[in-house]
Amino acid sequence: MSRPARQALLAVTVALLATWVLLPLVLIALASFTPRSQLYAWPRPLLPQPWSAETMRFFFQAQGVLPSTLNSLLVAALTIGLSVAIGAPAGYALSRFRFPGREAFRLGILATKMFPATILAVPLAVAFIRWGLYDTLWGVAFVHTALALPFTIIITMSVFLGVPLELEEAAMTLGCSRLQAFRRVALPIALPGLAAAAIFTFVLSWNEVFAATILTLRNRTLPALVMNAVGAAGAPLDYRFAAGFFMIVPALIIILLIRRYLLTLWGVTVR
Amino acid sequence: MATIVLQRVRKQFGRVIAVDDVSLEIGDGEFVVLLGPSGCGKTTVLRCLAGLERVDGGRVFIGGRDVTDWPPARREIAMVFQSYAVFPHMTVFDNIAFGLRMRRLPAAEVRQRVEEGAALLQIDHLLDRYPAQLSGGQRQRVAVARAIVMRPQVLLMDEPLSNLDALLRLQMRAELKRLHGEVRSTTVYVTHDQVEALSLGERIAVMKDGRIVQCDTPARVYDTPVNQFVGGFIGNPPMNFLEAVLRREEGRQVVEVAGVRIPGNGPVPGDASGTVLLGIRPEHIAVTLEPVPDGIPARVLVLEPVGPQQLLTVEAGGAVLKVTTAVEFHAARGSRVWLRFDPARIRLMDAHSGQALPSG
Repeated sequence: MSRPARQALLAVTVALLATWVLLPLVLIALASFTPRSQLYAWPRPLLPQPWSAETMRFFFQAQGVLPSTLNSLLVAALTIGLSVAIGAPAGYALSRFRFPGREAFRLGILATKMFPATILAVPLAVAFIRWGLYDTLWGVAFVHTALALPFTIIITMSVFLGVPLELEEAAMTLGCSRLQAFRRVALPIALPGLAAAAIFTFVLSWNEVFAATILTLRNRTLPALVMNAVGAAGAPLDYRFAAGFFMIVPALIIILLIRRYLLTLWGVTVR
Repeated sequence: MATIVLQRVRKQFGRVIAVDDVSLEIGDGEFVVLLGPSGCGKTTVLRCLAGLERVDGGRVFIGGRDVTDWPPARREIAMVFQSYAVFPHMTVFDNIAFGLRMRRLPAAEVRQRVEEGAALLQIDHLLDRYPAQLSGGQRQRVAVARAIVMRPQVLLMDEPLSNLDALLRLQMRAELKRLHGEVRSTTVYVTHDQVEALSLGERIAVMKDGRIVQCDTPARVYDTPVNQFVGGFIGNPPMNFLEAVLRREEGRQVVEVAGVRIPGNGPVPGDASGTVLLGIRPEHIAVTLEPVPDGIPARVLVLEPVGPQQLLTVEAGGAVLKVTTAVEFHAARGSRVWLRFDPARIRLMDAHSGQALPSG
């Protein structure tokens, strides 16, 4: 195949893939600013006429949406706190020390991702009821932490790999203990990357629906609430579009902000 | 200021022995260079001194105190790293002040010492910059300033010039020497560059395979290498080696190269005889275009002008030798010349072990 032909093929493939991913997002975004009457109209105009916040307003005024949003934010905050507190030291250890079982540990981290969460659903619900964690935000945060940890560990590992060990050693020759060298040198330099890891964890928790649905009843997070509203109560179209849009936006913005770190993350894991 | 004593220091990484029974005594205020090819263990010795590596055997003393189990922070050392290891998230001022602040010195004294150190390294106009805004040479100066403002007992430097370009390296080398004259910290300097070692060191410890092969003044390391390795590692171009025959004649030792007797060679103690290795430096060989009685016949391979002199490559007695000659010297490629070795500068070595034979 000639060079221009190959490039044209590549361009078409990229365009198709991008359309496949972006088209639903665009349609959802457009629909969530279309007034309710038009959503049910046929044929429906592509662009909202006129643009209207009515649909979004309807969604926010729906029962349980605001408390659930608050729940989601709280769970995400707990998850970030827990997974950074547990994951960052693990990532640091993986980046700095050669210890027995290091490779097995790395593999084990990825292996947890291969285990289907569905199988865990019933035992987890039973265990959480027994421990008094059922229908609590802490319970959901624990599960989200477990889900997020593999990513947190691998991201923080790649972040700390980017901080030369010699900087910490230099600090130690200048009077720091190991811990002080970490706190005064490695941590400040790693902070943007750690923030990226935290944000990634936020997206993961914000969008997680399965565990949240199974483990909560009254204290729903937003995805669990929407899932329930759509599945059990048959929510109207405008509710669905607005909810979809509201849940996508943070993830989109955040992925855009941290894609540099995600690339280095893959660079490290692929190698 | 302090003395340093390494007593039979050993360090292993897995099965690799990086430092093998190294013992070394360094005097107060002395400048010692650890010189050797990459992987010889010189940096590991330095890191053991700094406390960044735990030794697997032996003891380390600084200023008479056994610091073997002390963390780096307690050892009153300062170190300049090959990569400079300047903190990217701090200004030049904060970088230089880092160690002083760790010692909780009052702010006024910190400022005064930082300014002094920066002036000494001519970076006082850069104090507000971040390392990313500096050139490699400037970062290097920050790293050195950060070390010397500590007024350390011991200053450790790990190939500090190897990341600089040639001209800057030359300039910084002279400056490090001047700094040592002013600061007088006991200094251990690691390098693989023999010119750096010769120019900076009061003593040079040549290392190979985790051991110190020879430790002596630059002049003695250069003139009387203890073995073939040292002779071949130091000098640019390095020492020439060729086979020679050692014979006893009327109670005197006689050296012959390619059947030509080298006159006036002093007596060699012991009864060594037979085939030996003769080492001679390029500048201790005289070349003539006419046959001379004790000249060793040779054939010209290449003649390279290298500025103040010329580098002549010849083939003689089955070996290829490098000879430095005056700029005026002319010889066509393939032509015959005759070499005369300066008998006083000849270094005889065992043909198998490469160890220098004891000379009179």
